Amino acid sequence: MARTKQGASLDRKKLMADPIMMTTIIVLITFLTLFILYPLAMLLVDSFVGDGSLSLGVFKRIFQMPNFTTAIGNTLKVGFVVGILSTLVGLLFAYVEVYVKIGKFTGGLFKVVSMLPVVSPPFVLSLSMIMLFGKAGIITRFLLGIYDNSVYGYWGIVIVQTLTFFPVCYMMLKGLLKNIDPSLEEAARDMGASRMKVFTSVTLPLMLPGLGNAFLVTFIESIADFANPMIIGGSYDTLATTIYLQITGAYDKAGAAAMAVVLLCITLAMFCVQKFYLEAKTAATLTGKASRARMMIEDNSVRRPLTFLCALAAMFVILMYICVPIGAFFPTWGYKFFPLTGKWFKLVFTRYKGFKAFKDSFILSLISAPITALLSMIISYLVVKRNFRGKGFIEAVSMLAMAVPGTVLGVGYIRGFSGGVFHTGFLQGIYGTGLILVIVFIVRSLPTGTRSGISALRQIDKSIEESAYDMGADSFKVFMTVTLPLIKDSFLSGLVTSFVRSITAISAIILLVTPQFLLITVQINEFAEKGSFSLACAFATILIIITYSAVLLMNLFMKRFGTSKKIKEDD
Amino acid sequence: MAKVKKGVRLEHISKIYQDPKTGKDFYAVKDTNLEIEPGSFVTLLGPSGCGKTTTLRMIAGFESPDEGEIYLGEEPINKLTPNKRDTAMVFQSYALLPHYNIFDNVAYGLKLRNVPKDEIKERVLKILDLVELTGMEARMTNQLSGGQQQRVALARALVIEPSVLLFDEPLSNLDAKLRVSMRTEIRRIQQEVGITAIYVTHDQSEAMALSDKIIVMDKGYVAQMGTPQEIYYHPVSEFVADFIGEANFLKGKLTGTDDGKAVLDIEGNALKVEKRDDMEVGKEYTVVLRPEAASLADNGGMPCKVVLSCFMGSYQNYHVKVGNTLVKLEEHNPKNKRIYSVGEECHLVFDPASVHVLG
Repeated sequence: MARTKQGASLDRKKLMADPIMMTTIIVLITFLTLFILYPLAMLLVDSFVGDGSLSLGVFKRIFQMPNFTTAIGNTLKVGFVVGILSTLVGLLFAYVEVYVKIGKFTGGLFKVVSMLPVVSPPFVLSLSMIMLFGKAGIITRFLLGIYDNSVYGYWGIVIVQTLTFFPVCYMMLKGLLKNIDPSLEEAARDMGASRMKVFTSVTLPLMLPGLGNAFLVTFIESIADFANPMIIGGSYDTLATTIYLQITGAYDKAGAAAMAVVLLCITLAMFCVQKFYLEAKTAATLTGKASRARMMIEDNSVRRPLTFLCALAAMFVILMYICVPIGAFFPTWGYKFFPLTGKWFKLVFTRYKGFKAFKDSFILSLISAPITALLSMIISYLVVKRNFRGKGFIEAVSMLAMAVPGTVLGVGYIRGFSGGVFHTGFLQGIYGTGLILVIVFIVRSLPTGTRSGISALRQIDKSIEESAYDMGADSFKVFMTVTLPLIKDSFLSGLVTSFVRSITAISAIILLVTPQFLLITVQINEFAEKGSFSLACAFATILIIITYSAVLLMNLFMKRFGTSKKIKEDD
Repeated sequence: MAKVKKGVRLEHISKIYQDPKTGKDFYAVKDTNLEIEPGSFVTLLGPSGCGKTTTLRMIAGFESPDEGEIYLGEEPINKLTPNKRDTAMVFQSYALLPHYNIFDNVAYGLKLRNVPKDEIKERVLKILDLVELTGMEARMTNQLSGGQQQRVALARALVIEPSVLLFDEPLSNLDAKLRVSMRTEIRRIQQEVGITAIYVTHDQSEAMALSDKIIVMDKGYVAQMGTPQEIYYHPVSEFVADFIGEANFLKGKLTGTDDGKAVLDIEGNALKVEKRDDMEVGKEYTVVLRPEAASLADNGGMPCKVVLSCFMGSYQNYHVKVGNTLVKLEEHNPKNKRIYSVGEECHLVFDPASVHVLG
């Protein structure tokens, strides 16, 4: 049966009759192509024809560099170990929160632990690691009297990354555990299984795809991480830092591009496994909503050790974070602790142009946040609610951005825009400006926003929007009066998340920033590398205050104006 | 309402979908022609997957027909988007805007049409009065019961004074009792307003109670179109007869004519039915017998054996076997009648004028 064209062409005509929708789609596709696909394509072009002709020459060359092959090994090793450790610690926390009756204090600790990585810049833990356990570390030198402890290198990275990423696993696994129907486990108990047996024979198998998922997410985060290996890696190079050094130190752009392609291939492969295999499996095993509240474990022989372990770990994490603001008040870290002083903060603003740094970071992030939030809501709206040609493209490319490490994107932008698009000079004007930084911020935060937007929109009955459309509203009106108000919470949190992500971003930015802009994260990185930890701490403290206030503000806003909350309460 | 009433006409409408599993194309709606008269209440009735909702959504503009043209009045509307069509739909899930209160929900369409504020207020209050929700304006949608929410949805559709009102199984989320009272309500309001209404349902009693005309659909085709009486008494196929109410099918060969009537041989019994010109001797015909049209007696009619006898309150439910044919029947008001029990031999009697012979 030949499919007649009339239906499709009518659909197209209806779309055309909606100029705002049409323009939006075209603008979106152009934006995604130009700022995500094109720079990545340029990397491929560079690495295959970088030496003049189409060949594998560049790849041959980089694979002969010993430091590159070591870096691959290092990266995979770190990623693997960090993935496993983070998943295990995350599982412990999630299990204790969902299954064990815990006190208010421990509960509070858990909340703080899940919040901290969100509001702090990515490399804060590296700083505190060095300050607590390094050669001049408070714990190693003053409490234990060890003078030659080195935190730099493999173990430093592993510990810091685990502490940074496990809260993500904890939140993911918590959601999954909550979805396990308690009656499954009660049935096993009823049949005579011990608690341990229930865990190993029911809970764990149900969680397995979820655990794999958490592992891969952390794995990707770990190998894409730039800031921590930079600060605490010492001579232990990972792919992200090697690429950075290749382009800033050796000025080998083709080599860096080829390395970036290798890193991208690894993360993309992981991402595909995670996305298409594990996510589907997780959804398949854990679809049911918990029918009833779970009986919490009150047995002290289980409760006490688990709670103790978690509380201890949580306090350690909190100590690591607190160390940064405290460190900023010590006169000289590692030698002189009293009297506390505000001189570092003063220096930040007097000698080190702190005000400009904060202003630049703040303004650029403030510009990009609303654009990102709106863009991700529009993308999710189109993906979930509308049908048109190119929808698959929009969805795929905005998801793809999730798997692209910042360093790779940064190199791609250098290669793609320093000489204009396809080296023609077109759009060359944006290279080195604030605009390209804003675009990088947007691209880097878009996937998270889109993901949360999509899940929020999936919960809205399609016919609600159809009814508005039917009443006479055009697409734009439907989006503004129905869709957006209904996902206001998701929009708000997207706004703040992208602001926080932007102001704390470093990996792609550090490759693209020009002296005309001072960004806080870049400053912190510089001071930390120079060993001026007190200054780095002072910068980081102010940054944490900014991001934390942003999150507080959002929560306040949601309480006052959040729609979904009001609706939920009335139910 | 002062507006000119408009009808809806579908000319050779087809909609092709792709089967998500096999990837093959199939007709969800095939070459459908409909003429819906202005001011009438028409029901699209059929099992799930028969194409009734697709047809409705094509009229609303949410789906585009792959073949044919839809007219609203005399105007072809294929190219119009839903917001430009003079139709209003009442959704199965009510689809009220959860962030608006009742007043704002009903006022939504008027605001989009830039109606002055005072007039909006007047019209909304008037329509809320019509659906008997006066005083509820300030409530949020989730503070209403399902029936009330559906009234709001109806009010919202009515207030913009569309030419055609579309209903997509609006009562299927309500409980049985409420469903019955709401359908009376919908019919009352439609008559009061005098609007053209197209109503999709799979519930045949709803279709009977509401419609001027019923369109029975099956596998993308229109199986039959007619008044409820026509459809019930003169179904054109076994499918229609079975879908509308209960039906027994008695099959038999035409043996000849007697006294101007056609004689069918049914399980060895002669049945005289109204003769049609196209009937041929020797061919097999199917007779539709409604359960309430038959009863059991000690003699006369066709000999049968009771296989089920069950008291249902308002009637006694019997299954009997006439030869190899199973016949279900309902003996109403059973209190003072003789009740036959399982295994008893008796006779099935009915008035030959009450049966219908399929073509």
